[in-house]
Parts: sequence; C-alpha cells; structure tokens
Amino acid sequence: MRLTIADLKKGEKGVITDSSSEDIPLKLLEMGCLPGNEVHLLQLAPFADPMYLNVNDSFLAIRKETASLIVIEKIDE
Amino acid sequence: MSKQLNVALIGNPNTGKTSVFNALTGLNQKVGNYPGITVDKKQGICKLSRGVKAHILDLPGTYSLNASSLDENVVIELLLNKNDKDYPDVAIIVSDVENLKRNLLLFTQIKDLKIPTILVINMSDLMNRKGISLNIELLETKLHTKIALVSTRKNSGIQELKQLIEGYKTISTESCLDTTSIDTDYFQSLQKAFPNQDLYKLWLVITQDANFGKITRQELDISKFKTKSNQELKRLQQKEAIKRYQFINAILKEGQTIDRSKATDLRSKLDRLLIHKVWGYVIFFIILLTIFQAIYDWATFPMDLIDTTFASLAEWVKNTFPGGGMVTDLVAEGIVSGIGGIVIFIPQIAFLFLFISILEESGYMSRVVFLMDRVMRRYGLSGKSLVPLISGTACAIPAVMATRNIENWKERLITILVVPFTTCSARLPVYLIIIALVIPEGSIIGLNYQALVLMALYLLGFGMAILSAYILDRILKTKHKTFFVVEMPNYKLPLLKNVVITVIEKTKTFVFEAGKIILAISIILWVLASYGPGDKFNNAESYVETSATQTIYERDDQIAAFKLEHSYIGIVGKTIEPLIKPLGYDWKVGIGLVASFAAREVFVGTLATIYSVGSASEGENIDTIKTKMANETYADGTKVFTLASGISLLLFYAFAMQCMSTLAIVKRETKSWKWPILQLIGMTAIAYICALIAFQFLK
Repeated sequence: MRLTIADLKKGEKGVITDSSSEDIPLKLLEMGCLPGNEVHLLQLAPFADPMYLNVNDSFLAIRKETASLIVIEKIDE
Repeated sequence: MSKQLNVALIGNPNTGKTSVFNALTGLNQKVGNYPGITVDKKQGICKLSRGVKAHILDLPGTYSLNASSLDENVVIELLLNKNDKDYPDVAIIVSDVENLKRNLLLFTQIKDLKIPTILVINMSDLMNRKGISLNIELLETKLHTKIALVSTRKNSGIQELKQLIEGYKTISTESCLDTTSIDTDYFQSLQKAFPNQDLYKLWLVITQDANFGKITRQELDISKFKTKSNQELKRLQQKEAIKRYQFINAILKEGQTIDRSKATDLRSKLDRLLIHKVWGYVIFFIILLTIFQAIYDWATFPMDLIDTTFASLAEWVKNTFPGGGMVTDLVAEGIVSGIGGIVIFIPQIAFLFLFISILEESGYMSRVVFLMDRVMRRYGLSGKSLVPLISGTACAIPAVMATRNIENWKERLITILVVPFTTCSARLPVYLIIIALVIPEGSIIGLNYQALVLMALYLLGFGMAILSAYILDRILKTKHKTFFVVEMPNYKLPLLKNVVITVIEKTKTFVFEAGKIILAISIILWVLASYGPGDKFNNAESYVETSATQTIYERDDQIAAFKLEHSYIGIVGKTIEPLIKPLGYDWKVGIGLVASFAAREVFVGTLATIYSVGSASEGENIDTIKTKMANETYADGTKVFTLASGISLLLFYAFAMQCMSTLAIVKRETKSWKWPILQLIGMTAIAYICALIAFQFLK
C-alpha cells in the first residue's frame, strides 16, 4: 500500500520516496520535501490537520491534503 | 563624486534579516511602496568608512527565486532587471545559523545570477548552545563568497559586514552550480534562441511565467519559446531543487558539524504547551483578551488626551484668528478636527502592532496559525486569516494589509472581504452612545445589561464575518489551488529595537494612508455642512424665533441647528429620509449616517451639532447629547430613539460598509474596483435588511 506523510502518527518518521505530484507547491520542494529526505511528524493540530513536520532540518506545517501527496517509506525505530 | 553603492538584503523569512537591516541603518530608514503595489519598500542608508554611503534595500523575505506571493515577486523582478535603479551592486544573503541548509538554497540561486554576494550567518550567538561549529574558510572557498558571522542580538559582526560591503568588488561572481545540466538539450536550444541572454535568467523568466505570471518589466518575449508544458517545467524545477541540495549537503558535510547532544530543546518544550489541544487554545484566548484590554482600556487615556488637545486646538484657532471667516472655520472645523479624527486612533493602532509584532517576532504567531487553520478553513478562510481578523478590531485598514502573506488567493480575498465586519474601534463611540440611550441599566446575575449588549455586538461582528466567509466560499469560483505552508520558526525573545521600529512604521503607514482619505472627506463634509442653497440657510437668524427665556448660547445653538437642516448635507439627509424611515430613523440620523462615511465615529460629533449641543467638545457633553437625543420626538410626539430604532441603528453600524478608507485600500490590494463595490453593496444591504427586520419586529 502507498504510504504518505498523512499516514504517519505523531512521533513517527519516514523517508520521502516521491514528491513529484503536480499539486505539491514548489515552495515545499524548495524547503526540502524531496526524495531521500527524512520526515519526522512532530505534532498534529486537532482533527489531525495541519501537520507539523521536520523535513530536511526545516520545521513546517502543511495541510493533510498536501501531506497525502508526498509518498514515503516508514522508518521503524 | 560619490557613486551610490546599492546593497540588497535578501533572505528567508525568520532569519533576522530585518534585524540586520536595522543594525546597519539604525533609524536611518524609510518605508515606501513599490510602484503600483502596496508591498512595503524598506530602504536605508549605511555609512561606511571614508564617507562612502551604502543604499540598503531590505527586500521582502523569500524562500527562493520562484515567487509564490506578491511580496516575493518584488525580489525576482528587481534581480531580473539590470536597469532598475535599485539593482544591487552587491547582494547580502541573510541566513540563520540553525537553518543554514535551507537558507543556502536561495543563496545558490542568487549566486547563479552572477551578482557579487555576501553571506551573513546570523544568530551566531546560538552556535554554542546548539552545538554547531562551522569551518568558515572552507565554506567561503566552496561557495565563492565572503561570510560575516553576525549576531544582531549581541550586536557583533556588523563592523565586519560593513567592511565586506566596502570591499564588494573583490567578491567572486562565479556561480555555484550549473543549472543547465538538469536538461542539457533544452538549455542548449534555449541559448540558441536567445544568444545574448544569461541562461539562468532565461530559465527564471520562463518558470515564473509558469507559476505566477506576473513578470512585467521584461523586454524578453519568451512566448515563442514555449516548448515545454507546465508539468514538464515543474519536474525540471524539482530536479533543480534536488541538484541544489546535493551541492549544499556536500559542502555542509565538510563545513558544518552539529553536536545534537548539546542542543537544548526549547522548541519542543514550548510547543508541547503552546499548541496543546486544550492549553494551546486557553493561552491564545488569554492573549487575545489582553490585546482587547490594551486596545479598549489602556489606550483610552492617551486617546482622551488627544481628543481634548484637538478640541482646544480647534478652539484656539477660532479664537486666535477671529473674524477670519471661511478660512478660519475651514481650518478649525474641517482640517483640525479632521486630523484629530485620525490621530485619535494612533494609541490603539500602536498597541495593536506592539502585540502583533511581539507575537510574530517571538515565533508564537505561526503556532496560532497552526492551531486555527482547520477551524478557519471550514469557513473558507486560512489560519493566516486570524491576524487580519484580530487587527480588524482596531481598524480594518491595517487588517486588509495584513492579509498579504496568505498565499491562496481565494482565502486571501475572502479574508479581505469579511474583515470589515469585525468591530473596529471607530464603531465604539457610536455603540456607546446608542447603548446608553436605549438599553436600560440594570443587571442579570451580576452582568450589566449594557456591557452584555456591547459584547454581543462584538460577537455579532465576528459571527457575521465568519458567516459571510462561509457563504463567499460557496459562491466564489477560482482556479487557484489550495496552498498552505507555514514555517514554524524557533522561539526567540523579541528584540526591542525591531518591535519599536515596526510599531513606528506601521502606525505611520496607517496615519498617512487612511489619513489622506479621512482628512479629504472631513473637508468635503465640512463644506457640505457649512453651505446651503437659498435664503433659509443664508439668513437663518431671521427664521429662528427668539424667546425671552433663552440665553444667547441657546439661541446660537438653535441657529446652528437650523442652518445644518438647510445646508447641503441637511438636504441629503432629508432626501434619504424615505429610505431610512422603515429602519426607524429620521433625517437627522440620516445626516449622521452620511457623515459616517468619513469615519464612523463622526456620527456622534455630527449628532451633537444637529441636536444643537453646540461648540463644546463632545466628551464633556456626552450627557447633554444623550438627554437631547432621548427627548427627540417626531411631529406626532412619538420618540425617535426607542429600543426598536436603537437596536436597528446598532445593527446598521455593525454591518454597514461605511468607511471610504477601507474601500480604497481594498481596491489597491485587490487591484480592482469590483471587490470594494461588491463589499459596499453587499455589506450595506445586509445592514439595511437586518436593521429593517429588527425595527419592524421590535416596534
């Protein structure tokens, strides 16, 4: 099954494998949402949206809608 | 001859770029506008040695050279236009020592434009605490640049930076990496088509058009070179970003070591509390209450002071230039009270920006955006709409301007359209007098009726803003995609200097932007109220009956009232009377409504004149106006101000679009008359209908 950032639970980590969807804003790519980079889901707002992440050493919040476009592989700690 | 040295400060948001700007220029700065748009253009002068002056331009914060907002677009437009008078001789990229990796992305892009570039690594005082060490020499060599380690908090490194600026000619203009390798064939054919142009610049122009389409000052016609679809371009841009990060990562691997065990984690500790599912909201609510307290309580003292000062100034003008006739009256009643009407808002606006800039500087505001986004989105707004909505409680003008960082056009537009529903401070004097007039005193479970009504009006304003946003969200169709990325910056103590400068600058902008219009309208209103057609206006004295019991002052007041009735504005009031009759107002209230278009609080002053309270300042006479209004009756003896007409009037003021200054700002921010006109008609219609229903139901 295809996993995305939206499937992560609080505290979990993953590695981005694909962020080529056309609907991902370029700004997000430039902040480091690129294949090979690690994502750490730090916190969730109520209703699990937006999501507070650490990607590529950047701390940012994105909406679930966008998060569900970024494909990852989960890292088991 | 002293050739001006142009320096552009460029950097990601939250890197302390503005602090560096303030450190370089001190108070030697001014804020203007870029032509045609309302993005603040901050410039300042920095004195270097031997009398050389550097002209420093603080460009809006941006994450990359691919613009996604109006602010960011300014940066790219300037850097692509060598003929611009502000085109930099040297660029300073401000980066934050903790976010070096991401900050360097923009750095490599600027380097590719072959502009001499200095890299400022700011917040260097945090290096120890965060366990970061840097090999500056290595970084300078690999990045083909000069580096200044700066701490604006500790005030270190600024002298070194000034020296680097002076020696800008020795800085390499070599680019960092070769972008063209992302698609060699494409770039080769591009070069063939435009043999004299820089390839990276061409690439930027082409991709900007794909993303934003706002590059104006371009002589290049790239339309004949559209050989790639937008999707293909996007893919190439992703490749470009990956390539840049590969380059940056390789360099940082050698040049930067981070000992994470040393890092103290303030962020996660504070986040755990400030964006907690319960406590986060509680804390935000308390902060909101404090802001309201400041705006409506602490600000009253300076406001009263301003009010009495301007009243006595107007009086002074009148007494000092007696018999000056029209000019004296114009100065005293039109200009002085017009300016007074603007200055009176300064304390509230200053308090508001004080809080907002502290919240923004500290990094807290992004947490609020995070907490509120989901709730706001349900109504077609964004988490970022919150700052405008809070600002709206002081004044809608700065609130509309605060919508600029909302990337999504639809969410931004909806925010702009609904913000004037929030209860701005100009409504307050109107609310206070009407409430005092029609709402009985007394209390229920210790809560004062009048206070409850006032609170209800605030909630009503917010409620209407949210409801209209919800409706607009359903109606408006836009092709823009949703788009929401918020950086969650590190928490830091706000720098006093930055806060003070922000408060001064924002307040100044408000005074001059809104001031012009309020002043112009006060003068027009003064003219309309001071002149009238026909004998009844010009010979008012002979029409007003004298009676033995009245004092000379009472007679003067009566004449003034009679004159106003037959002035141009009085005629306007009488003309609209049939229209406002169903709402429970007479022509006198009509005059107040018309006058309110300058600024709503003018209503009270106008009524004071109409009810012939005379020339005394309104503050002292509030009880007199109240008594006169309470005794005001129609010809048949029924009272004008009853519970029904009072509530109707309160609702009208709560919802109607009665502020020309706001309309003008909305026009500028949306670049079209369509939206302010829609706002004017829509809001006034809602106000009319609500007031009508309330009056007809209650009467």
